[in-house]
Amino acid sequence: MNKKALAGLFIASSLALAGFVQAQDVTELRLTWYNDGNEGEVLRSLLDTFEANNPDIRVVVDTLPYADLHTTLQAQVEAGDAPDLARINDVARFAGNYLPLNDIVADADYYTTNFPEAVLASLRTADDTTGIYGFPLQFSVTVPFINRTLWDQAGIEPLGPDATWPEWVAASEEVAAATGTPYAFAIDRTGHRFWGFSLVQGADYINEEGGFTIDTPGFRAAAQELIDYNAAGLIPADVWAGSGGGYVAATEYFINGQVPLYYAGTWQIGNFTNNISAFDWELIPNPAGEAQSTGIPGGSLLVSFASTEHPAEVARLVDYLSSTEVVREFSERTLFLPGHLGLIEEGIDYPSSAEALSVALTEIPKISEEAYALQYSPFTFVLNPEIRDRLSQVIVGEISLDEAIVLIQERIDQAVAEAAAAA
Amino acid sequence: MTDFSTVSESTFEERSFWDRLGAFIISVLVLPLALLDGLLSRLQARIGIQRMGYWFILPNLLIFGTFILLPMLLNFYYGFTGGTSILPQNRTWVGTENLSALLTCEDYTRPLTCTEDLFWRGAANTVRFVVIEVTAIILLSLVTAVALNRRIRARGFFRSVFFYPVLLSPVVVALIWKWILQPQGVLNSLLADGRPIPFLTNADWAMFWVIVVHVWAQMGFYTLILLAGLQAIPKDLYEAASMDGANEWSRFWHITLPLLRPTMLVVLVLTLIRSVQVFDLAFVFTGGGPGTATQFLVQFIFQSAFDDRRFGIAAGASLLLAGTLLVFTIIQLRVNRSSLDNGEG
Repeated sequence: MNKKALAGLFIASSLALAGFVQAQDVTELRLTWYNDGNEGEVLRSLLDTFEANNPDIRVVVDTLPYADLHTTLQAQVEAGDAPDLARINDVARFAGNYLPLNDIVADADYYTTNFPEAVLASLRTADDTTGIYGFPLQFSVTVPFINRTLWDQAGIEPLGPDATWPEWVAASEEVAAATGTPYAFAIDRTGHRFWGFSLVQGADYINEEGGFTIDTPGFRAAAQELIDYNAAGLIPADVWAGSGGGYVAATEYFINGQVPLYYAGTWQIGNFTNNISAFDWELIPNPAGEAQSTGIPGGSLLVSFASTEHPAEVARLVDYLSSTEVVREFSERTLFLPGHLGLIEEGIDYPSSAEALSVALTEIPKISEEAYALQYSPFTFVLNPEIRDRLSQVIVGEISLDEAIVLIQERIDQAVAEAAAAA
Repeated sequence: MTDFSTVSESTFEERSFWDRLGAFIISVLVLPLALLDGLLSRLQARIGIQRMGYWFILPNLLIFGTFILLPMLLNFYYGFTGGTSILPQNRTWVGTENLSALLTCEDYTRPLTCTEDLFWRGAANTVRFVVIEVTAIILLSLVTAVALNRRIRARGFFRSVFFYPVLLSPVVVALIWKWILQPQGVLNSLLADGRPIPFLTNADWAMFWVIVVHVWAQMGFYTLILLAGLQAIPKDLYEAASMDGANEWSRFWHITLPLLRPTMLVVLVLTLIRSVQVFDLAFVFTGGGPGTATQFLVQFIFQSAFDDRRFGIAAGASLLLAGTLLVFTIIQLRVNRSSLDNGEG
């Protein structure tokens, strides 16, 4: 071996050794993530800043498709091999497996002051009233959107804040008739959207004993409206009637200008901002009704798992990501609503769709306790698909509304009983 | 006398860059094989040539054991356990509770009276689908194979046309047909002048189109099998029958069909098994809707496991489905064997 080769070998070995020694000093945290839009890129740039200021921590983001996220995490959690942190929304599934942050974050009071108690409580087990296990990274709420151009073309003024759902749909039907639009109303095929639609009409799902009651006048009224709108062809047939199996969004109908009124949620603001240029659209407050005007909350939480070997480093990262400035930047750049109460009150200077987002922010304080309880119940992932699928069966005439109510009630009772037996 | 060493050397020097690169790549690829050969030769010397076969099937057995056998055994265990946990050690033993829930009905003609009404709806839909689809595939594949076996113009082209859908992913097939048939789809744009025809939003239409699309996507494969069967029938049998005055129908009925029977049995077994397992295409195409009109058993299993987290119910339904398929297969194997024993094949 000649001298040059020997020198090269020496330099390479030295560099490898230096890298190895340096790697020994760096703690690697793994964060499981999913993307709806550009938030993965935004997160990465925020993490780069964090890593620059915390050279002893490196954060590796593992991005999974949303459809596989919770199943994959469940297997990892049960095997004791969970990531250090994750972005999730099926929070009740992992209750009891989260890392308690109260004693390791810089200021536990910061979390209880700045994030909704109902969201923080959703991460706790039944006998725990104070634990902090994560925070809402991003918030969402169900809201209606209107195609303002169609309403203007029809010469019909959008209704005021006291209008009910039936009044909105009736007015939208007039808009559709006047403008030759094929449908009057679209609502995503999901129990989550139906909760919002029915809660304002008096449905009352959670009873005094903490169990679930399906058969209420409000539920029947909302269900019957959905059935009637489908029968009359006011709603696109392939959303609720034509589909089986899973969630179906009616987004394309709204983007293509085929419906004047669409009930979806604030997560669509970025999509509409980027994809609608042919007409003006507006986000309107949730209609009123017999009960309080409310949307259904949603969004995702950043949680940490108890199996982590680096709780101190996890706490530093959580402190950073939950800080007011980082939440503000994350929200601005993703066009998401923050889950941070101070920012909700203060408002955020969004670079686009500022008006829609500011209306959306005013919807968050209106969210009812029952809406929070439904969304963050351990049984939300039982009730949601059961309502969705049974109502679809009613709409296509397979079963009656009475039969659907009995079946939904039986399924939720069975799930509650099984959970009680397992506990 | 030719000096070969000189010829060989000069030839190597005259080789182009690409020839030398190719020779280099081949020698790199051959090197691991040569090393492997050396290892296997030593192994053979140690264990003997008789046992070497086991080493060669070991990789495939490992894959089979990991991805087929182990999940099957796990499914069997899950079928008798309850709870929402994914890991077997965290699941509680419930005996035949899941099977009992799946099979309990007050009135078997009314799914609503069953504890798991969607299982029975899925079962009824699957039976309906299997009966119509298997019959349609066998008949259409047979007719197509007979037609493509004739000396027709552009025969190769037509064979490709019928086989082409088999090459497409079921998801792609489903999406293409969905775009054609949905209310705002191509067909409705061409046909409907007002309200769209509810191709996918009416229960009967939806089932009709699921079957049509499934048959279209699959029949090329079975046509190919039957075509191979037809071409294996000795031509002299037809010549002899023609000389005896048999007409075309008679030759088909008395020569083609009997000699094609073993091939048709293979097609029957394959179509039956595949149609009972119908899922991917139908799930993307209709999602099981409208309502539950095209929801089949495998979709029930999928949703029970991954939407509802009722892994025990899903595994129990899988066991029942597997049992049904096993019975079908045994019956058909017996029929096949008896026909072979009777010399019909």
